[in-house]
Amino acid sequence: MGDQSELQQREDKLQGMGTSLLRKEDAKFIRGQGSYIDDIKLPGMLFGAIVRSPYAHARIKKIDKTKALACPGVVAVLTADDLKPVNLHWMPTVGADVQAVLADKKVHFQLQEVAMVLATDRYAAYDGVALVEVDYEELPAIVDPKQSMAKDAPIIREDIADKKEVGHGPRTHPNHIFTWEAGDKAAADAAFANAAVTVRQEILNPRVHPCPLETCGCVASFNKATGYLTLHVTTQIPHLLRTVLAMLSGVAESKIRVIGGDIGGGFGNKVPVYPGYVVATVASIVTGLPIKWIESRIDNISTTGFARDYHGVGELAADKDGRIKGLRFTALADHGAFNSHVSASKLPAGLFSICTGSYAIPNAYCRVDAVYTNKAPGGVAYRCSLRVTEAVYLIERMIDVLAQKLGLDKAEIRRRNFVKAEQFPYTTSLGWTLDSGAYHPALDKVLKAVDYDGLRKEQAAKRADPKSGTLMGIGLATFTEIVGAGPTKVCDILGIGLFDSCEIRVHPTGGVIARLGTMSQGQGHATTYAQIIATELGLPASDIVVEEGDTDKSPYGAGTWGSRSTPVSGAATAQAARKIKDKAKKIAAHLLEVAEGDLEWEIDRFKVKGNPSQAKTMKEICMVSHTGNLPAGMEQGLNAVSYYDPPNLTFPFGAYLCVVDIDKYTGETKVRRFYALDDCGTRINPMIIEGQIHGGLTEAFAVAFGQQIPFDENGNHLGNSLMDYFLPTALETPHWETDHTVTPCPHHPLGAKGVAESPHVGGIPCFSNAVIDAFAHLGVTHMEMPHSAYRVWQQCNALGINKR
Amino acid sequence: MANTHKVSFKLNGKAVDVAVEPRELLIHTLREKLAHTGPHIGCETSHCGACTVDVDGMSVKACTVLTVQCDGSEMLTVEGLEQGGVLHALQQAFHEEHGLQCGYCTPGMLTRAYRLLKENPNPSEQEIRYGISGNLCRCTGYQNIVKAVQSAARKLAAAPAAA
Repeated sequence: MGDQSELQQREDKLQGMGTSLLRKEDAKFIRGQGSYIDDIKLPGMLFGAIVRSPYAHARIKKIDKTKALACPGVVAVLTADDLKPVNLHWMPTVGADVQAVLADKKVHFQLQEVAMVLATDRYAAYDGVALVEVDYEELPAIVDPKQSMAKDAPIIREDIADKKEVGHGPRTHPNHIFTWEAGDKAAADAAFANAAVTVRQEILNPRVHPCPLETCGCVASFNKATGYLTLHVTTQIPHLLRTVLAMLSGVAESKIRVIGGDIGGGFGNKVPVYPGYVVATVASIVTGLPIKWIESRIDNISTTGFARDYHGVGELAADKDGRIKGLRFTALADHGAFNSHVSASKLPAGLFSICTGSYAIPNAYCRVDAVYTNKAPGGVAYRCSLRVTEAVYLIERMIDVLAQKLGLDKAEIRRRNFVKAEQFPYTTSLGWTLDSGAYHPALDKVLKAVDYDGLRKEQAAKRADPKSGTLMGIGLATFTEIVGAGPTKVCDILGIGLFDSCEIRVHPTGGVIARLGTMSQGQGHATTYAQIIATELGLPASDIVVEEGDTDKSPYGAGTWGSRSTPVSGAATAQAARKIKDKAKKIAAHLLEVAEGDLEWEIDRFKVKGNPSQAKTMKEICMVSHTGNLPAGMEQGLNAVSYYDPPNLTFPFGAYLCVVDIDKYTGETKVRRFYALDDCGTRINPMIIEGQIHGGLTEAFAVAFGQQIPFDENGNHLGNSLMDYFLPTALETPHWETDHTVTPCPHHPLGAKGVAESPHVGGIPCFSNAVIDAFAHLGVTHMEMPHSAYRVWQQCNALGINKR
Repeated sequence: MANTHKVSFKLNGKAVDVAVEPRELLIHTLREKLAHTGPHIGCETSHCGACTVDVDGMSVKACTVLTVQCDGSEMLTVEGLEQGGVLHALQQAFHEEHGLQCGYCTPGMLTRAYRLLKENPNPSEQEIRYGISGNLCRCTGYQNIVKAVQSAARKLAAAPAAA
């Protein structure tokens, strides 16, 4: 045994897993030296600006480029007709549909891409945009998805009116996309027929937008001499994007290089392939010049990457004690004008069937009907896995509705229905196997920390006081997430399984470079992955460099979304490191002239059991691995690559509690307290985890209290800039209290689960539950998001409690 | 360019001359003509503050200021915060307190916080939150940004020369 303080010093030097290592990526950002998409400037580069439709639904009668082409600085104007010869005026979507790259004869949503003006700089490009003359014949628009499948509804997608199927199962109406079901409907129906009590509630997850601070954009650069295409792009999925580009453009995948660079936030917005990327790419292939396209904020909110728009109906059946016997959840999903919803091929409604939540519900059935409307396509998962916020919102709201119907405490009803610790792994009635959990202790820890009983007493006193000007609400959410897509047998996109990768190269002096298939957008991958390797290999994190996002450098992977980086690439990292460690052990045994079995690992070295003075440090082995002094037949080098196909998704969970005080007279809600306990299994960098939770809670706050993309009946946007779309400032944002328990994931090499999306997924229902709980004693069981002061005031007004 | 004007100002202590159209926005001049890509564009409506720079002792949203308006001014961007190879206390504190994630808002946030601490060297949490409310961050939830500004304020108070 080494001296304890000496061991500790060696351990500290690594700054491995479990330490709050300050981030490696900060150095450039605090100096303003990040390299974001709009920072890229290539010689001869043209700027592309998009001409967009003022109408939500219209035929294009004529496009006249004459005046635009005469404008100083304008080089070209591209329309669908110009893309036709290369067959790129339409592109296939991940939802087995096609999407117009530039509008072909018809526009299907307001601000749809109609033409791209190429000019020598951005001012000239926008001058040109203003001079492109497009004649439209306006058509009636469908905005409300509930009207989409009406008998006399106008057909939105004439191009596929005869198509029998889009993505999943038969279509029953030209505006119908698919109907997807899970569970046993007959069993669920029987549970409802026999139940002591049932509840039903319509619940909307409104259309919102992830709105990262950096909009989307690209610089496409095709070299006519070599035939190489380089695309600098705001993407969370560089490798999948390269594959899509190869499929679309006909350029060999080996001659396409996608570079993610620094990404100014993604939150799902930077997963899809957008028309702007494709037009810029085509324009570069045609002109041989680099083409930059950068979205404006209005373009961003209006046309790329909306989320949600799930019009749900929740139903629960329970016995008289509140034990849930049956669940029926349905949702009408507004997918906009093209089915380019981000989803895995076999999961058209994503992971919606996680909607049984943290509860043991014996009978469940869920269904999603997806329809077209005259709104933008591209439904993404906004800081969540595919459709998980929608699912968790439904169950966490419905369990409150059930509690109110039974007069049960909202914490108690959760306790009664939780999957118990001894039941894991637990397979839900909708087919997911929850790997691990400890729900009761998590909830109990939160209730104790906030003095839940004291809060309920205070609330009761307030309710009894006729002079109280405020309503006090206590919201709970005890959610289970499903993240880390995913097992290739369940999850693929365009046929490519959602495995991920890590390649590690160890240099002679102990420096390490690791390259991964994921793509950081602020999550701190360069730090977190380095810490995993530091602990696994006993080499200091400070000497470990992590690279992602350049498809020429990193091994193939499905990118960063759905909290999959740590669950999938984190596992690949550990496995690649373990391959290296296995080889290192053989080298150590050779050097120490003992059998491998005689060696044991200690922090940063292999030592001979029972003879601790006999040891070889990893640093020594790094050098030796590049010499000729190796075991017979062993090759030089200390490198490994691992592709990890997870056996299951991971199921992080949490218990959140929120206290709000609502002004009866103005409807303003003040978040008095928010306590978030998260369990993401093994914690690699607690500081980064906490930062992710702060950010996710703030995005949840935004959704719950203000975000919604509103339209009028003609499909016109009623608020698509930051003047209208709510991004909380430091002033509105509450103070966050964080806590954790640790229930390691049994199937992950490090025991880790995803974490960054939990606070968004769990936060939204927690806020809503708090607001609605404030009105519970007045018979209110549900209020739709967002809970803006005006809308909450309307509730007060309807109840007549806003009069002094 | 048909109609250009010569504009001169001091940028991070150095005199610069640049020819711009009257309509050109300061953010584009800085980023595209003067190779200062620290300030970013986030909204074009002066809401997000990613483009914040310091002009004549005031925080300014460079996306809604014409370059010609800045003739003769003294300007500071994030690139000018580090002095003689030493990070400004705010830069160091943002790193130490995990006050940034994707880094896109950071240059504007730092430049704004710099002016805030000049105006109010010892701000309360509420004053900091109010003071940076013109700068949006989508990643951090602001809590660690507030901590970073508090930490920098303490360090600057202890060593005022470093301000």
